[in-house]
Amino acid sequence: MERVPILKVGDVLLISIQTDLEDRTALALQEDLAEQIVRTGARGVVIDITAVEIVDSFIGRMFATIAAMSRLLDARTVVVGMRPAVAITLVELGLSLGGVHTALNLEKGMRLLAAPDPGGPPGTMSGR
Amino acid sequence: MSDVHEVRVGSSDDIVGIRKMVRTIAGDIRMSLVDQTKLVTAASELARNIVVHGGGGTVRIERLTGPTGRTGVRMIFSDEGPGISDVDLALTDGWSSGQGLGLGLPGSRRLVDEFELDTAVGRGTRITVTKWTR
Ligand SMILES: Nc1ncnc2c1ncn2[C@@H]1O[C@H](COP(=O)(O)OP(=O)(O)OP(=O)(O)O)[C@@H](O)[C@H]1O
Ligand SMILES: [Mg+2]
Repeated sequence: MERVPILKVGDVLLISIQTDLEDRTALALQEDLAEQIVRTGARGVVIDITAVEIVDSFIGRMFATIAAMSRLLDARTVVVGMRPAVAITLVELGLSLGGVHTALNLEKGMRLLAAPDPGGPPGTMSGR
Repeated sequence: MSDVHEVRVGSSDDIVGIRKMVRTIAGDIRMSLVDQTKLVTAASELARNIVVHGGGGTVRIERLTGPTGRTGVRMIFSDEGPGISDVDLALTDGWSSGQGLGLGLPGSRRLVDEFELDTAVGRGTRITVTKWTR
Protein backbone atom coordinates (compact mmCIF):
# COMPACT_ATOMS: atom_id res chain seq x y z
CA MET A 1 0.00 0.00 0.00
CA GLU A 2 1.16 3.50 -0.82
CA ARG A 3 1.63 6.01 1.97
CA VAL A 4 1.22 9.74 1.56
CA PRO A 5 4.32 11.64 2.76
CA ILE A 6 3.88 14.26 5.46
CA LEU A 7 6.34 17.18 5.28
CA LYS A 8 7.20 19.45 8.16
CA VAL A 9 7.54 23.12 7.19
CA GLY A 10 8.12 25.25 10.28
CA ASP A 11 5.30 24.40 12.65
CA VAL A 12 3.02 23.30 9.81
CA LEU A 13 2.59 19.78 8.47
CA LEU A 14 2.16 19.74 4.70
CA ILE A 15 0.41 16.92 2.90
CA SER A 16 0.44 17.07 -0.85
CA ILE A 17 -1.84 14.46 -2.40
CA GLN A 18 -0.39 13.40 -5.74
CA THR A 19 -2.25 10.19 -6.56
CA ASP A 20 -5.81 8.95 -6.66
CA LEU A 21 -6.05 7.70 -3.07
CA GLU A 22 -7.12 4.21 -2.24
CA ASP A 23 -9.42 4.03 0.77
CA ARG A 24 -6.77 2.25 2.83
CA THR A 25 -4.18 4.88 1.98
CA ALA A 26 -6.57 7.60 3.12
CA LEU A 27 -7.18 5.83 6.43
CA ALA A 28 -3.45 5.31 6.99
CA LEU A 29 -2.88 9.00 6.32
CA GLN A 30 -5.29 9.99 9.11
CA GLU A 31 -3.40 7.82 11.57
CA ASP A 32 0.06 8.95 10.45
CA LEU A 33 -1.03 12.55 10.69
CA ALA A 34 -2.43 12.29 14.21
CA GLU A 35 0.83 10.74 15.32
CA GLN A 36 2.93 13.42 13.62
CA ILE A 37 0.91 16.30 15.07
CA VAL A 38 1.56 15.01 18.55
CA ARG A 39 5.19 14.15 17.90
CA THR A 40 6.09 17.48 16.26
CA GLY A 41 3.74 19.76 18.17
CA ALA A 42 2.61 21.23 14.84
CA ARG A 43 0.03 24.00 15.04
CA GLY A 44 -1.24 23.71 11.50
CA VAL A 45 -1.98 21.16 8.77
CA VAL A 46 -2.19 22.00 5.07
CA ILE A 47 -3.68 19.47 2.68
CA ASP A 48 -2.79 20.39 -0.89
CA ILE A 49 -5.26 18.87 -3.37
CA THR A 50 -4.10 20.77 -6.46
CA ALA A 51 -3.43 17.44 -8.21
CA VAL A 52 -6.63 15.73 -7.05
CA GLU A 53 -9.10 15.09 -9.85
CA ILE A 54 -12.03 13.81 -7.82
CA VAL A 55 -13.27 14.05 -4.26
CA ASP A 56 -16.06 11.64 -3.41
CA SER A 57 -17.91 11.36 -0.11
CA PHE A 58 -15.20 9.08 1.29
CA ILE A 59 -12.35 11.51 0.67
CA GLY A 60 -14.54 14.45 1.69
CA ARG A 61 -15.23 12.73 4.95
CA MET A 62 -11.49 12.21 5.40
CA PHE A 63 -10.94 15.99 5.18
CA ALA A 64 -13.62 16.59 7.79
CA THR A 65 -12.18 13.88 10.05
CA ILE A 66 -8.66 15.28 9.76
CA ALA A 67 -9.92 18.80 10.52
CA ALA A 68 -11.82 17.62 13.60
CA MET A 69 -8.96 15.47 14.81
CA SER A 70 -6.36 18.22 14.35
CA ARG A 71 -8.57 20.62 16.28
CA LEU A 72 -8.61 18.19 19.21
CA LEU A 73 -4.82 18.06 19.01
CA ASP A 74 -4.59 21.88 18.97
CA ALA A 75 -3.76 22.27 15.29
CA ARG A 76 -5.74 23.93 12.50
CA THR A 77 -6.34 22.39 9.07
CA VAL A 78 -6.65 24.10 5.70
CA VAL A 79 -7.46 22.32 2.44
CA VAL A 80 -5.88 24.17 -0.50
CA GLY A 81 -5.96 24.03 -4.28
CA MET A 82 -9.36 22.54 -4.96
CA ARG A 83 -10.00 22.37 -8.70
CA PRO A 84 -13.10 24.17 -9.98
CA ALA A 85 -14.59 20.93 -11.40
CA VAL A 86 -14.16 19.27 -8.02
CA ALA A 87 -15.89 22.14 -6.21
CA ILE A 88 -18.83 22.09 -8.64
CA THR A 89 -19.18 18.33 -8.24
CA LEU A 90 -18.98 18.44 -4.44
CA VAL A 91 -21.81 20.96 -4.26
CA GLU A 92 -24.00 18.82 -6.51
CA LEU A 93 -23.13 15.73 -4.52
CA GLY A 94 -24.33 17.59 -1.44
CA LEU A 95 -21.06 17.57 0.45
CA SER A 96 -20.64 20.99 2.03
CA LEU A 97 -17.38 20.30 3.92
CA GLY A 98 -18.65 22.49 6.75
CA GLY A 99 -16.00 22.60 9.42
CA VAL A 100 -13.14 22.49 6.94
CA HIS A 101 -11.16 25.66 6.17
CA THR A 102 -10.21 26.07 2.52
CA ALA A 103 -7.89 28.43 0.65
CA LEU A 104 -7.33 28.84 -3.08
CA ASN A 105 -3.64 27.97 -3.03
CA LEU A 106 -0.76 26.95 -0.81
CA GLU A 107 0.44 30.49 -0.19
CA LYS A 108 -2.99 31.67 0.93
CA GLY A 109 -3.38 28.58 3.08
CA MET A 110 -0.08 29.20 4.85
CA ARG A 111 -1.06 32.83 5.40
CA LEU A 112 -4.37 31.74 6.89
CA LEU A 113 -2.56 29.51 9.38
CA ALA A 114 -0.10 32.27 10.28
CA ALA A 115 -2.95 34.64 11.17
CA PRO A 116 -4.34 34.54 14.71
CA ASP A 117 -6.95 31.81 15.21
CA PRO A 118 -10.39 33.40 14.78
CA GLY A 119 -11.68 30.58 16.96
CA GLY A 120 -14.30 27.97 16.23
CA PRO A 121 -14.77 25.88 13.11
CA PRO A 122 -15.92 27.64 9.96
CA GLY A 123 -19.52 27.30 8.93
CA THR A 124 -18.94 27.26 5.19
CA MET A 125 -16.46 25.86 2.71
CA SER A 126 -15.57 29.24 1.20
CA GLY A 127 -11.91 30.15 1.10
CA ARG A 128 -10.23 33.44 1.81
CA MET B 1 -10.64 -0.94 -27.83
CA SER B 2 -13.98 -2.54 -27.14
CA ASP B 3 -16.95 -0.38 -26.22
CA VAL B 4 -18.08 -2.43 -23.23
CA HIS B 5 -16.06 -3.14 -20.12
CA GLU B 6 -17.13 -5.31 -17.26
CA VAL B 7 -15.22 -5.06 -14.00
CA ARG B 8 -15.62 -6.91 -10.74
CA VAL B 9 -16.15 -4.79 -7.64
CA GLY B 10 -14.94 -6.97 -4.80
CA SER B 11 -13.26 -4.65 -2.35
CA SER B 12 -12.53 -0.97 -1.92
CA ASP B 13 -9.21 -1.56 -3.68
CA ASP B 14 -11.13 -1.94 -6.97
CA ILE B 15 -12.60 1.56 -6.78
CA VAL B 16 -9.49 3.45 -7.91
CA GLY B 17 -9.28 1.30 -11.06
CA ILE B 18 -12.96 1.92 -11.85
CA ARG B 19 -12.52 5.68 -11.45
CA LYS B 20 -9.57 5.56 -13.82
CA MET B 21 -11.45 3.54 -16.43
CA VAL B 22 -14.49 5.84 -16.35
CA ARG B 23 -12.22 8.89 -16.63
CA THR B 24 -10.49 7.44 -19.69
CA ILE B 25 -13.74 6.61 -21.48
CA ALA B 26 -15.29 9.99 -20.65
CA GLY B 27 -12.13 11.70 -21.93
CA ASP B 28 -12.18 9.62 -25.14
CA ILE B 29 -15.63 10.92 -26.04
CA ARG B 30 -14.54 14.47 -25.16
CA MET B 31 -16.88 14.98 -22.28
CA SER B 32 -16.22 18.34 -20.59
CA LEU B 33 -13.91 18.30 -17.60
CA VAL B 34 -16.75 19.14 -15.22
CA ASP B 35 -18.96 16.38 -16.63
CA GLN B 36 -16.07 13.89 -16.47
CA THR B 37 -15.55 14.78 -12.84
CA LYS B 38 -19.25 14.35 -12.07
CA LEU B 39 -19.38 10.98 -13.82
CA VAL B 40 -16.25 9.65 -12.12
CA THR B 41 -17.55 10.81 -8.74
CA ALA B 42 -20.90 9.06 -9.30
CA ALA B 43 -19.02 5.89 -10.31
CA SER B 44 -16.96 6.06 -7.14
CA GLU B 45 -20.06 6.41 -4.93
CA LEU B 46 -22.00 3.60 -6.61
CA ALA B 47 -19.02 1.24 -6.66
CA ARG B 48 -18.40 1.91 -2.98
CA ASN B 49 -22.05 1.14 -2.23
CA ILE B 50 -21.58 -2.26 -3.91
CA VAL B 51 -18.61 -2.93 -1.61
CA VAL B 52 -20.16 -1.56 1.59
CA HIS B 53 -23.80 -2.56 1.20
CA GLY B 54 -24.03 -5.05 -1.69
CA GLY B 55 -21.38 -7.56 -0.66
CA GLY B 56 -19.54 -7.19 -3.96
CA GLY B 57 -20.74 -7.21 -7.55
CA THR B 58 -19.87 -5.88 -10.96
CA VAL B 59 -19.89 -2.69 -12.96
CA ARG B 60 -20.44 -2.62 -16.69
CA ILE B 61 -19.27 0.49 -18.49
CA GLU B 62 -20.51 1.17 -22.02
CA ARG B 63 -19.68 3.85 -24.50
CA LEU B 64 -22.87 5.00 -26.24
CA THR B 65 -23.54 6.57 -29.59
CA GLY B 66 -27.09 7.82 -30.03
CA PRO B 67 -28.98 7.89 -33.35
CA THR B 68 -28.15 11.56 -33.85
CA GLY B 69 -24.49 10.83 -33.29
CA ARG B 70 -24.34 12.15 -29.76
CA THR B 71 -22.13 10.21 -27.41
CA GLY B 72 -22.35 9.23 -23.79
CA VAL B 73 -21.38 6.74 -21.12
CA ARG B 74 -23.68 4.21 -19.47
CA MET B 75 -22.67 2.42 -16.27
CA ILE B 76 -24.54 -0.49 -14.74
CA PHE B 77 -23.75 -1.38 -11.11
CA SER B 78 -25.07 -4.80 -10.10
CA ASP B 79 -24.89 -6.86 -6.98
CA GLU B 80 -26.70 -9.80 -5.47
CA GLY B 81 -26.70 -8.36 -1.98
CA PRO B 82 -29.59 -7.68 0.40
CA GLY B 83 -31.39 -5.19 -1.88
CA ILE B 84 -33.03 -1.97 -0.72
CA SER B 85 -36.37 -2.23 1.08
CA ASP B 86 -37.32 1.45 0.96
CA VAL B 87 -36.00 3.07 -2.20
CA ASP B 88 -37.45 6.52 -1.47
CA LEU B 89 -35.73 6.57 1.88
CA ALA B 90 -32.44 5.38 0.40
CA LEU B 91 -32.63 8.21 -2.14
CA THR B 92 -33.15 10.82 0.58
CA ASP B 93 -30.22 13.14 1.26
CA GLY B 94 -28.61 12.31 4.55
CA TRP B 95 -30.25 8.94 5.11
CA SER B 96 -27.87 6.05 5.74
CA SER B 97 -28.55 2.62 7.18
CA GLY B 98 -24.96 2.64 8.46
CA GLN B 99 -22.35 5.20 9.40
CA GLY B 100 -22.38 6.97 6.02
CA LEU B 101 -23.35 10.51 5.17
CA GLY B 102 -26.23 9.20 3.08
CA LEU B 103 -25.14 11.20 0.04
CA GLY B 104 -23.97 8.48 -2.33
CA LEU B 105 -27.29 7.54 -3.92
CA PRO B 106 -29.07 10.91 -4.03
CA GLY B 107 -25.80 12.67 -4.94
CA SER B 108 -25.02 10.28 -7.82
CA ARG B 109 -28.53 10.75 -9.14
CA ARG B 110 -27.90 14.51 -9.37
CA LEU B 111 -24.51 14.03 -11.05
CA VAL B 112 -25.82 12.07 -14.06
CA ASP B 113 -28.49 12.62 -16.75
CA GLU B 114 -30.38 9.34 -16.32
CA PHE B 115 -30.66 7.21 -13.20
CA GLU B 116 -32.58 3.98 -12.83
CA LEU B 117 -32.70 1.85 -9.69
CA ASP B 118 -33.91 -1.77 -9.73
CA THR B 119 -33.86 -3.66 -6.50
CA ALA B 120 -35.50 -6.59 -4.77
CA VAL B 121 -35.05 -7.45 -1.11
CA GLY B 122 -32.90 -10.54 -0.75
CA ARG B 123 -32.07 -10.58 -4.47
CA GLY B 124 -29.86 -7.60 -5.14
CA THR B 125 -29.63 -4.15 -6.65
CA ARG B 126 -28.99 -2.84 -10.13
CA ILE B 127 -28.38 0.84 -10.77
CA THR B 128 -28.08 2.12 -14.33
CA VAL B 129 -26.82 5.63 -14.95
CA THR B 130 -26.15 7.52 -18.17
CA LYS B 131 -24.41 10.77 -18.89
CA TRP B 132 -24.37 12.38 -22.34
CA THR B 133 -21.73 14.57 -23.85
CA ARG B 134 -23.04 18.09 -24.23
N1 LIG C 1 -25.97 -1.69 -3.49
C1 LIG C 1 -26.72 -1.57 -2.39
N2 LIG C 1 -27.25 -2.65 -1.77
C2 LIG C 1 -28.02 -2.55 -0.65
N3 LIG C 1 -28.30 -1.36 -0.06
C3 LIG C 1 -27.80 -0.24 -0.61
C4 LIG C 1 -26.99 -0.27 -1.79
N4 LIG C 1 -26.65 1.00 -2.09
C5 LIG C 1 -27.21 1.78 -1.15
N5 LIG C 1 -27.90 1.05 -0.27
C6 LIG C 1 -28.68 1.56 0.89
O1 LIG C 1 -29.03 2.90 0.65
C7 LIG C 1 -28.54 3.73 1.70
C8 LIG C 1 -28.13 5.07 1.14
O2 LIG C 1 -26.98 4.93 0.29
P1 LIG C 1 -25.98 6.16 0.16
O3 LIG C 1 -24.88 5.77 -0.73
O4 LIG C 1 -26.79 7.35 -0.20
O5 LIG C 1 -25.47 6.37 1.66
P2 LIG C 1 -24.37 5.56 2.48
O6 LIG C 1 -23.65 4.61 1.58
O7 LIG C 1 -25.02 4.97 3.68
O8 LIG C 1 -23.40 6.72 2.92
P3 LIG C 1 -22.32 7.52 2.00
O9 LIG C 1 -22.45 7.01 0.59
O10 LIG C 1 -22.70 8.96 2.08
O11 LIG C 1 -21.03 7.21 2.62
C9 LIG C 1 -27.40 2.96 2.33
O12 LIG C 1 -27.18 3.33 3.67
C10 LIG C 1 -27.90 1.52 2.19
O13 LIG C 1 -28.80 1.19 3.22
MG1 LIG D 1 -22.78 5.24 -0.22
